[in-house]
Amino acid sequence: MSQKKFPSPYELPAPAGADNWRSMYPYYMVFRDELRADEEAKFWFCDSQHWPNPFKPFDSLTVEFAVKCLGQYNTRHYLVPPANGIEYRFHNGYCYMSPVAVPPEQIGDRVPQFMQRAGHYFANWNSLLDNWYVKVKANIAELETLSFEPLPEVVPLAWVTEGRGIDNTVPLLAEYDRAIQLCYKTWNYHFEFLNLGYAAYLDFFGFCKGAFPSIPDQAIAKMVQGVDMELFRPDDELKKLARLAVDLDLTSILQAGGAPADVLTRIAAQPRGTQWIAAWEAAQDPWFNFTSGNGFYSDDKYWIEHLDIPLGYIRDYIARLLNGDNIERPTADLAAERERIAAEYRELLDADNQAAFDGKLGLARTVYPYVENHNFYIEHWAMGVFWRKMRQLGTVLQQAGFWADAADMFYLNRNELRDALFDYCNAWAVGAKPIGPVYWAPIIAQRKTMMKALATQAPQPALNAPPEVITEPFTIMLWGITSESIATWLGEGSTEGVLKGMAASPGVVEGKARVIRSADQLPEIQPGEILVAPVTAPSWAPVFGKIAATVTDIGGMMSHASIVCREYGLPAVTGTGTASSTIRTGQRLRVDGGAGTVTLLD
Amino acid sequence: MTSPHVLAFEQATEADDTRLGGKCASLTRLIRAGMPVPPGFAVTTDAYRSMLGHHGLYERVHAILEHVPHGDVAAQADAAQSIHAAFATTAVPDDVLAAIAGQYRALCAAEGAHDDLPVAVRSSATAEDLPDASFAGQQDTYLWVVGTQAVIERVRDCWASLFTARAIGYRDDRGITHLDVLMSVAVQKMVNAQVAGVAMTIDPVNGDRAKMVIDASWGLGESVVSGEVTPDHYAVDKVMLGVVQRTISCKVFEVVADPAERCTVHRSVPVERQNVPCLNDAQIGAIARMAKQLEKRFGAPQDIEWAIEPLHDDPNGRLMLLQCRPETVWSQKKAAASGGAPKALAGMEGLVSSLLTPVRIRA
Repeated sequence: MSQKKFPSPYELPAPAGADNWRSMYPYYMVFRDELRADEEAKFWFCDSQHWPNPFKPFDSLTVEFAVKCLGQYNTRHYLVPPANGIEYRFHNGYCYMSPVAVPPEQIGDRVPQFMQRAGHYFANWNSLLDNWYVKVKANIAELETLSFEPLPEVVPLAWVTEGRGIDNTVPLLAEYDRAIQLCYKTWNYHFEFLNLGYAAYLDFFGFCKGAFPSIPDQAIAKMVQGVDMELFRPDDELKKLARLAVDLDLTSILQAGGAPADVLTRIAAQPRGTQWIAAWEAAQDPWFNFTSGNGFYSDDKYWIEHLDIPLGYIRDYIARLLNGDNIERPTADLAAERERIAAEYRELLDADNQAAFDGKLGLARTVYPYVENHNFYIEHWAMGVFWRKMRQLGTVLQQAGFWADAADMFYLNRNELRDALFDYCNAWAVGAKPIGPVYWAPIIAQRKTMMKALATQAPQPALNAPPEVITEPFTIMLWGITSESIATWLGEGSTEGVLKGMAASPGVVEGKARVIRSADQLPEIQPGEILVAPVTAPSWAPVFGKIAATVTDIGGMMSHASIVCREYGLPAVTGTGTASSTIRTGQRLRVDGGAGTVTLLD
Repeated sequence: MTSPHVLAFEQATEADDTRLGGKCASLTRLIRAGMPVPPGFAVTTDAYRSMLGHHGLYERVHAILEHVPHGDVAAQADAAQSIHAAFATTAVPDDVLAAIAGQYRALCAAEGAHDDLPVAVRSSATAEDLPDASFAGQQDTYLWVVGTQAVIERVRDCWASLFTARAIGYRDDRGITHLDVLMSVAVQKMVNAQVAGVAMTIDPVNGDRAKMVIDASWGLGESVVSGEVTPDHYAVDKVMLGVVQRTISCKVFEVVADPAERCTVHRSVPVERQNVPCLNDAQIGAIARMAKQLEKRFGAPQDIEWAIEPLHDDPNGRLMLLQCRPETVWSQKKAAASGGAPKALAGMEGLVSSLLTPVRIRA
């Protein structure tokens, strides 16, 4: 039957060839032997929702910045009464997290501070949020100013004659520090509103569950969720461009495909081509700062640097338009449905509770757009710029002989990279050879082997013994980690051939599975297939128009797959734990998004 | 050939309620609301009065009851027997006979049957304004009645059922004058149900008003209503209309029609069907939508009986509504139910309290 607990990280060996994986990450991000008793006493779940793949050393900075900043707002800014931050560790390349509860005796003392601090945000939400957009856009503009250039042959004459007294390594090292700082600030901003957004959502959620004990989670989500979000904007831009191509009679060129530069040149040469090119260019800033990944990995592909991705989607949309299909999201229907649902539940309440319902739903709807829209500004736009600038640095060091391929730089963690950069500066100043090329070559080679080995092994859904009940609100809301989902992962109460998960978006559908483990596989999806993936990303939106349902390994009601599927009216079951490793492409499935079950039909 | 003694369901108006009794009045109300109620007609209280007025039946019944001492169960049983005999031996007045026969034949014709349409014959007493009034008239039901003669005999049985020992005792306890309660009889086309059951537009366990529950089993609904089988249990969210809970039981027997014997029989459910869900999602959805519509129409949670007839051109069959009445338990303690649950805190206090209350999300 089932095991009663998950394995201990101390008894979970590395895959063959990856024994030395710990050397890739900062000392505080791995389970240490000295702390075994402490670490084994905690329950850790794997965040494969945000981080489905093992981390290259440099990319681990997104984890430490993100989770650290999430924590600071609970712990130090707002003093969320029951919840501090979340501890995080890497094991075999994957990230595991453990929420830190506030000791019960301290909870009461935090309440007045929380009321004052969080209360201020809720009371001034819109003006503070306006200010957030200003800050975040300024931060992105600053990221855009980052520039990494090879050190010159000599210090510029002007610097000498004006008596500047420093060399070019000073600004180069500062530029690196500035990049890291801007990235760090990006993640500070990310959580400024997010935790509070979830808190308000939870408040409404808890109210609904109290009044209507069996109300489906997705009903609550539907009442709150917006219908016109910036997160959908990149996809909407592609649809607009597809329609414009039809109107301007440019479809055959776009349909013919080819290298993006050639396609665009051919279009520009058409009588009305310049009009389309102008629209295409206008859409790019900022909406093509959109990744087919999730912003956390250096090898994420951003549309703006891979124009073949948006062009491919536009091609798909054109084909559907020419086929007479409707490619629009049914936003008017969704808006009407959202109001119907809210009105019908409200009507079942007495007058006092109707007032509370109105207040809580109102607040949830005020804060909710942030929960969805921040993603574009942080993960997509800001991080897209950050990764682009980092690749520039990789090229500088590649040209200096540090590594063969610019992207090899990401096999160093952020502190090692600073050492390497100083090594480069030092050698330049001394007029000697840097040590880096000989030092890093074997390490990078070993790490490449290790990364491959780590990727062959799927992460455990969790580590150690689960607690009696999971009550930490953010864990439940964001990751869908509940006592029930843990029981499912442990195989308790399971039925042969049936996977259980969260009922994320209603509807029942049968069809063939298409298992997608990375965004590069997206073009394999055929119309009518059921998308099965460890997790989905918002930028996969264009494929949601042609699939029949979605099944993911991890994710709660508010995961991207859930949001997008409700938006497209597709059934979704999230948080199954193992769907992407259990299901084969081509296998027939029945997905019941209302019951949260996936039945394997063959 | 209109007669005061019978009234087709679809012709009844609200003004007819008093001569239809509770059951028939309710059915006609449902028809006026556009619900899919099996067709039929009422044998009105006028017919019952006419029967009582015939051959001194009223006086005989009155005389028998007069001598039953208050609270004497044995005497009540004797009286019941005597009255039953009196009804059985008294000829039904000719005009009543003709009216019932004519209306039954018309029903047969409308349903494409040759005077042999199987019907259900049910009593419909006029004491429905009393709480728990169903006992006052002992709601007799005869299923699978075929042919004019059989229908008339069952109508007569329904009239007499006003005077079972239990009904006499019930009225005796409550000081209701026996002959003040009148009886109408519903004659309604039998639904040849492949699956049937009940539904309630509130969770009877905790009063959750956003939840509807459906109990269903194979065959006619009698097995569910009587509690003889453990039915499948489905819970549906009233707003989203999705199934939120599904408990499939082992349904060992079913009540079905035996057309040859003109009756219903209990029989074992074949093993391969016992543990199979007896409703699919489309059928659950149809029942839930109908129940929701009824609650909206009547402004309070409802308790419903339904049945699904097989159709050769639609695997989901045809859903029929057999009965609908207000739910009483939770409606009476209203404030204790959901919606009236401990008043939720508003604003920041509410938010803090939510954060401190463990939330559970269905996985």
